[in-house]
Amino acid sequence: MKDPGQNKISLENRFEALRFFCAIGIAILLSFVIIILVSREPFTALRNLFLGPLSSMRRFGNVVELAITLTFSGLAVAVMFSANQFNMGAEGSFYAAGAVAAMTALGLPLPPVIHPLFAILLGGLTGAVICAIPALLKAKWGASELVSSLMLNYVFFYFTRYFCNTVFKDPDSGYVSTYLLPLTAKLPRIIGGTRIHLGLFIVIAVTLLTVIFIKRTRWGYALIQTGRSPGFAGYSGINTSWVLIYSQLLGGFIAGVGGSVEVLGMYDRFQWQNLPGYGFDGVIVAILARNRPAWVPVAAFLLSYIRIGADRMSTATDVTSEMIAIIQGIIIMLVAAQAFMSRQRQKMLIKEIRSHG
Amino acid sequence: MAEDLLRMEGIVKIYSNGVVANNGVDFSVKAGEIHALVGENGAGKTTLMKILFGIEEATSGNLLLNGLRETIKSPIDAIQKGLGMVHQHFMLIESMTVAENIVLGMEPETGLLLNQKKILSDARNIIEKYNFPINPQDRIRDLPTGTRQKVEILKALFRNARILILDEPTSVLTPQETTELFEQLKTLKNLGHTIIFISHKLNEIKEICDRITIMRNAATVGVYEVAKISQQEISSLMVGKDIDLNLNKTPARPGETALRVRDLVVTDINKRRLLESVSFRLRRGEILGIVGVEGNGQRELVESITGLRKPEGGKVELWGKDLTSLSIKGIRRLGLAHIPQDRMSKGAALTSSIKENLISVAYDSPELSRGPLLNLKKIDRWCRDLIRDYQIKASSPEVPVKMLSGGNIQKVVVAREFSGDLGCIIADQPTRGIDVGAASFIHHKLLALRDSGAAILLISADLSEVMELSDSLLVMFGGRLAAYFESLSSVTEEELGLYMLGLKRQSDEEIKRCSA
Repeated sequence: MKDPGQNKISLENRFEALRFFCAIGIAILLSFVIIILVSREPFTALRNLFLGPLSSMRRFGNVVELAITLTFSGLAVAVMFSANQFNMGAEGSFYAAGAVAAMTALGLPLPPVIHPLFAILLGGLTGAVICAIPALLKAKWGASELVSSLMLNYVFFYFTRYFCNTVFKDPDSGYVSTYLLPLTAKLPRIIGGTRIHLGLFIVIAVTLLTVIFIKRTRWGYALIQTGRSPGFAGYSGINTSWVLIYSQLLGGFIAGVGGSVEVLGMYDRFQWQNLPGYGFDGVIVAILARNRPAWVPVAAFLLSYIRIGADRMSTATDVTSEMIAIIQGIIIMLVAAQAFMSRQRQKMLIKEIRSHG
Repeated sequence: MAEDLLRMEGIVKIYSNGVVANNGVDFSVKAGEIHALVGENGAGKTTLMKILFGIEEATSGNLLLNGLRETIKSPIDAIQKGLGMVHQHFMLIESMTVAENIVLGMEPETGLLLNQKKILSDARNIIEKYNFPINPQDRIRDLPTGTRQKVEILKALFRNARILILDEPTSVLTPQETTELFEQLKTLKNLGHTIIFISHKLNEIKEICDRITIMRNAATVGVYEVAKISQQEISSLMVGKDIDLNLNKTPARPGETALRVRDLVVTDINKRRLLESVSFRLRRGEILGIVGVEGNGQRELVESITGLRKPEGGKVELWGKDLTSLSIKGIRRLGLAHIPQDRMSKGAALTSSIKENLISVAYDSPELSRGPLLNLKKIDRWCRDLIRDYQIKASSPEVPVKMLSGGNIQKVVVAREFSGDLGCIIADQPTRGIDVGAASFIHHKLLALRDSGAAILLISADLSEVMELSDSLLVMFGGRLAAYFESLSSVTEEELGLYMLGLKRQSDEEIKRCSA
């Protein structure tokens, strides 16, 4: 079909894909070079890095387990960033929600099925509240959501850790942690030989719901338009302050569900003594997915794969897993940099236009 | 042709968003002439000038200065090669004096300090040389628009510009200021300067230009001696077809009062009054025009009516309901449509698709949604209908708005605003900077809506537009109403200019007739 507008759009998508894979390609190439320089056994290292995750069922399971977690936090951040809010509260939400889910599991004896659902719901609400506070401060007083969310992360981290380390602390566990989480509250494993848990279905459902929310609902439409052009949205009659708040409530809720699912699916006790970093990983995933919820699982899987690969590499060889931070940094820089490959883009464009007249 | 001072051959420019702005443009200027460059918006004039001035890089094509091939890499490069540009939006530092602005960037220095005396004498010299009536010690912020423009021209002359590019210089001027500018341009021409004059106003081109280059669809249509071509011929060459500029306007039949503004007061952060108890009423079936030099309260007035701003005092009533306490959504639900002045940051979301732009007001109405979900089928049909009815040129409703020309973007805005149940329309610069075809389309729409009973407030800097469309007219100056004309039959543009500049003012009784 000779339709110039269509061509431009598909060209845009093709170019985005090309750029994404070039960024990854370059990052991998650079990691080759670095590994060859620093390692005495570079080929073993590289094999472990790229094929390690596939070397056993358990290891591939690790990739999926981590991808579940990263998808939750990636979706949370993508939703919040879509409203053009640089809210970093996903980190605090993730931790605090995990703690609240653990406390619900321990403190409220409920029947199976209802027990984890209720714990996840409470965790989600905790996350929603944490991420909504910076939005409220922004809507009311114009406070920078970046600064307030980063600071609030610590407030909620220490606040919830206090309860886990005092009221719910198990003195006999041998390390700082809560009592054993009751089986009624835990998410069962679903694939033998791995620790992949029921959270896999929850994350699929949450991803689908987020895509529908953004693409199909009135609220999603208002959110995207407000994020792209607040002046246009406000002038059109969209209540942009409310959009600001519900977008962060939703993002926080997703992060909270993620934290709860992580704790109930992967741990026997709640034992996080530091912020786990998954919220910040969500930023990486969201940037890789360009804030598009449907791409988030892909980006999460990719990140998870190279993380697990790096783990394998560092246990099996003399290359440390910090290597992976370098690769990650390069990929993100290249994906985020608008001007990267802009010349190629221009060339593709000119060719396209000339060939279609 | 050896006599060409400047020659651009086969210029092609493809922007990174895929817009082909210049597609093999030829353009040449002879020394010492005033050369008009015309074309509809989106025809590629601005791009061509940006390439000439080194702001944009051409994808391909040649540039010859004095017969020699040159490349202009940056505006600094362009200035060194004797080019000067006076932008439509002035590039002056408001808090500095005229003299400081003129020498900016090439200030005479003694050691580490600025040589204030030399700055002043340099500025004086150039002002005297060209005989511009300006005091070099005035601060820019205290000067009217016409004078600021002269400072811009002097700035270019101080940098020894031989070729001056003026981008729609008269669009911000009153008729009196325009006359003065033309005198000065003629003086410059006699002194041997070459001037490229970009304009939409064909009568002005007939008045001062020697030759004219007409562009259409990113290419040159032709070069003509101005004396040998009529305005009608120019406009049909620009548009490529004969457009019906005749509006066939019938007399208005005003009905009941729709909008009433009472004693509206708006102040800025420093408590300075931007609007000083403005009152008027607007009836169904009429177009009330508002004219004034930009910055005399029109923006504040529009923002207060449409809910973008809470006025400090007074009331705005639509069908008797006070709008000042309502949200924008609430105001729109009462049937108020708003074509905003700022198409790029308010009227449209550039990165969103045509479809997303068309539904931003009605997306949550029962017609386009089902509970919380958008009714994608109905939205699609609705958008296709609007695109067809408003002749928006696009291959699909999914195309991002930023890929459209200015005229088509404005049609998207207008299509959206006119698609609901309309009672009252606030049209703020509805055709600024768009092509003649789209402008004429919007004019006809406005008149048709008036005849079907809508109340229309038209704010425009284009005097001829206001005079053609309006049934009655208000003039604003200094945040107040300066004049009210119940009918336009006896008003001339020159007379309006006097009121716009604050040189004349009607008595309070005369002005009060507009709120009777």
